[in-house]
Amino acid sequence: MGRKRPDPSEAQKKGPGRKARKQKPPQMPRQLLQQDSGSKILSSRQKQRLAKRMQKAVNKGAAKAAQKKVPVTLGLSQGQKRPRSGSVSDSDEWNSDIEEEEEEDEEEEEDSEEEDDVEEEEEEEEEDEDGEEEDEEEEEDEDEEDDDDEDEDPASGFTDENKSWLRLAGKKKKLDLDDESSDDDMPADEFLDDEDGSEGEEDEDDSDNSDSSDDDGDDDDGEEQEEDEALLPIEKAAKKLKKKQQREEKLGEEELRTNIAEAETFVLPSGQEIEKESVQPPDLTMIHMRIKENMAVLADFNNKRKDERPRKEYVQLLQKDLCLYYSYNEYLMEKIMQLFPLAEVIEFLEACEVDRPVTIRTNTLKTRRRDLAQALINRGVNLDPVGKWSKVGLVVYDSAVPIGATPEYLAGHYILQGAASFLPVMALAPQEKEKVLDMCSAPGGKTTYIAQLMKNTGMLFANDVNKDRVKAIVGNLHRLGVTNTVVSCHDGRHFPKVIGGFDRVLLDAPCTGTGVISKDPSIKTNKDDADIKRHAHLQKELILAAIDSCDAKSTSGGYIVYCTCSVMIEENEWVVDYALKKRNVKLVPTGLDFGKEGFTKFREYRLHPTLKLTRRFYPHTHNMEGFFVAKLKKFSNAIPGQEPKAKEGEENSETTAKTTSEPSTEPPKSSASPQKSPTQPTSPSNKSKKKRFFFKNKKSGKSPDLPKAKTFKGQQKPSPGKRRKVKQSPGNKKKQKKE
Amino acid sequence: MRPLTEDETKTFFEKLSKYIGENIRLLIDRPDGTYCFRLHKDRVYYVSEHIMKRAANVSRENLVSMGTCFGKFTKTGKFRLHITALDFLAPYAKYKIWVKPGAEQTFLYGNHVLKSGLGRITESTNQYQGVVVYSMSDIPLGFGVAAKSTQECRRTDPMSIVCFHQADIGEYIRGEDTLT
Repeated sequence: MGRKRPDPSEAQKKGPGRKARKQKPPQMPRQLLQQDSGSKILSSRQKQRLAKRMQKAVNKGAAKAAQKKVPVTLGLSQGQKRPRSGSVSDSDEWNSDIEEEEEEDEEEEEDSEEEDDVEEEEEEEEEDEDGEEEDEEEEEDEDEEDDDDEDEDPASGFTDENKSWLRLAGKKKKLDLDDESSDDDMPADEFLDDEDGSEGEEDEDDSDNSDSSDDDGDDDDGEEQEEDEALLPIEKAAKKLKKKQQREEKLGEEELRTNIAEAETFVLPSGQEIEKESVQPPDLTMIHMRIKENMAVLADFNNKRKDERPRKEYVQLLQKDLCLYYSYNEYLMEKIMQLFPLAEVIEFLEACEVDRPVTIRTNTLKTRRRDLAQALINRGVNLDPVGKWSKVGLVVYDSAVPIGATPEYLAGHYILQGAASFLPVMALAPQEKEKVLDMCSAPGGKTTYIAQLMKNTGMLFANDVNKDRVKAIVGNLHRLGVTNTVVSCHDGRHFPKVIGGFDRVLLDAPCTGTGVISKDPSIKTNKDDADIKRHAHLQKELILAAIDSCDAKSTSGGYIVYCTCSVMIEENEWVVDYALKKRNVKLVPTGLDFGKEGFTKFREYRLHPTLKLTRRFYPHTHNMEGFFVAKLKKFSNAIPGQEPKAKEGEENSETTAKTTSEPSTEPPKSSASPQKSPTQPTSPSNKSKKKRFFFKNKKSGKSPDLPKAKTFKGQQKPSPGKRRKVKQSPGNKKKQKKE
Repeated sequence: MRPLTEDETKTFFEKLSKYIGENIRLLIDRPDGTYCFRLHKDRVYYVSEHIMKRAANVSRENLVSMGTCFGKFTKTGKFRLHITALDFLAPYAKYKIWVKPGAEQTFLYGNHVLKSGLGRITESTNQYQGVVVYSMSDIPLGFGVAAKSTQECRRTDPMSIVCFHQADIGEYIRGEDTLT
């Protein structure tokens, strides 16, 4: 308190002011100078106002009104300062309390001094403008020594005018150091609001406020300027430009809205309008607006619909617009719209328009992620860990060099791989010294990941049907230094004949690729019903082959992971559901703690309840390729359909044992199996009936639980004959022979 | 898939010993299991016996690769090492040369190593000695044959070749098709 006497401070102020003028330091930062010149102009106005305020000061009430502005500047100055030191906010409040106390003490003194102050200041103004900076610098030094005092000092040690200056200057000075990097506008604004209340009260009684309010007048005028002055000219320009753009965008949108006839309430276009549209080239902005409005109506259909038009019409229009706008074919769009709720459809489509970030996977056989990151950063690559869920993934934001051709890449320290492709391997969780099969492995990304998790021990079979793509596997395996792998070029469906008894099997089935539209936009237009069905059929054959290759008696494993890069139910849940019925497998948790649960019911279809253990990944929610991962555990090597023929007595007893041991998987199986078999023979040949084949048996699903073994015996018989010809799984041959 | 014949073994080991000398022994007598060399479609694979036996299940047409491919026999009966053998050559290599960061890229494009790009070289390297090429950060980049002995390298002019290129890891991109 003793330090804060006004008299010495004023004396001090004069001194350095003069000194400063003499010294006139040439190295004064530009911004300070700019501010200075600004304040000079202001100060002339200030003087005029000062005179006015002088009169007002006599009338306290008037002064109070003016004082209300104080907090704004104070808040601003403090706010600007705020981001620098966390403690300031506390000290400000504290400060306000103290000041109030001080004010009571000093009121009498200051009242008398006030007039002097003002007069003096008029004289001083010009001197100070140079001198003040010196002041401030000195003050700053002190301030930095103890932050708490800092806020007290200016309050009482100087007139309020100086106080505000001081704080600003302190801010500015520090700003000079890191001005370019820091953009303090936003926090400043926030604090502005915060401070208003507390500062306002405090200053109302402040007798000095006649002066400070002068400043405030200026500051209010030049508030933005002041803020701006803290910025570089470029920043200012950028800010202005941004504002302008925003304004224009807004205007443009409004304009568009007014252009459309149905601005207020969205009305479905009439037949004529549609006809007209089909002739004209599509106006994408119009369509976009229409999509938006249509979505709004559909979101609140009861209230916003017009003329009792059915929802179907709206949805149809939306679908058509979406097809046009995002250039999908109708079929795929319909599928997507069935898959997601409406709001998510747009998100999904938008996410499919932008590329996913490039991710790389560290090859832990050759290096560590930290070392790799360092090496790549040295080459000018900007990267980050992909997330907490992976210890080997890195996201590449941008790169000065081609990321697929650095010496590190060629030396096999990493491989380019989508983040989603990590997931099935993580779900598979291969252990050391196991025997693992990757059924559709080209180009070897997941295969090498498996090998690296197995630490190059055990045995890994990498298979792919495509001879050209097999070369990529070999290249990647050798580049990454994987030595425990046998690469073969078989049709996956025949693989159980080649070799079996694997502990774990990964099946990354060929699919329509609806999850990777961002990678290959041609999927949008060239996939249709037949494609999906063809793939689904192949996938079912493959998943059975994968299950057959796996050994249920394995001590460590017996797991099958099925994954696709498609989001279609037909290629995912239905395939797994099919496998659940056809083989002695059950779903187990994937071990992935994120992703959406698989569907257990979809439209009119009802799937096995354990399908919620599967995981779906979407571009719009997880920012990775659309992916589906299911992990199955095989609990018996017996193949349900074939057991009666092969070895009747044994198998029957086995199945009954199974049913007791795995009650969860059994009930649906038993319920579903009776109906399926009749439809089954037609399915391969007649694709149009596939849907029914898949699952329409919801109602019939309740059919009585027939003794299972019997139904299988009786009804499966016809199916294998046709089916297995295509599939040629080992057991069938036996069967055919026997038949 | 079959074991190498006498002649083939001789040619193959002769070639290999140019790079790793008597360290070949370490490749065969491994503490972590028996490893063997197998010939499949003119290519020599270095693979654990355990895996080899399982790979025998796959028919000849469908077997693409197993373990590590070391190289292939040419139609004239010579043996040519592939870049894929680098993983086993590099740790046992007797003679090495290091290229400067600036010359890394040119070597990876399949060019010879010039004196100007030479960072270090093992002492007492003879002319035409097989050498493994490293980057200065000790990443193996490929292998080749010393064009000059260490002594000559010191005196020669900067633009002369000190190491003939034989294989480099750039081939993983340039020649993926020829690896198998």
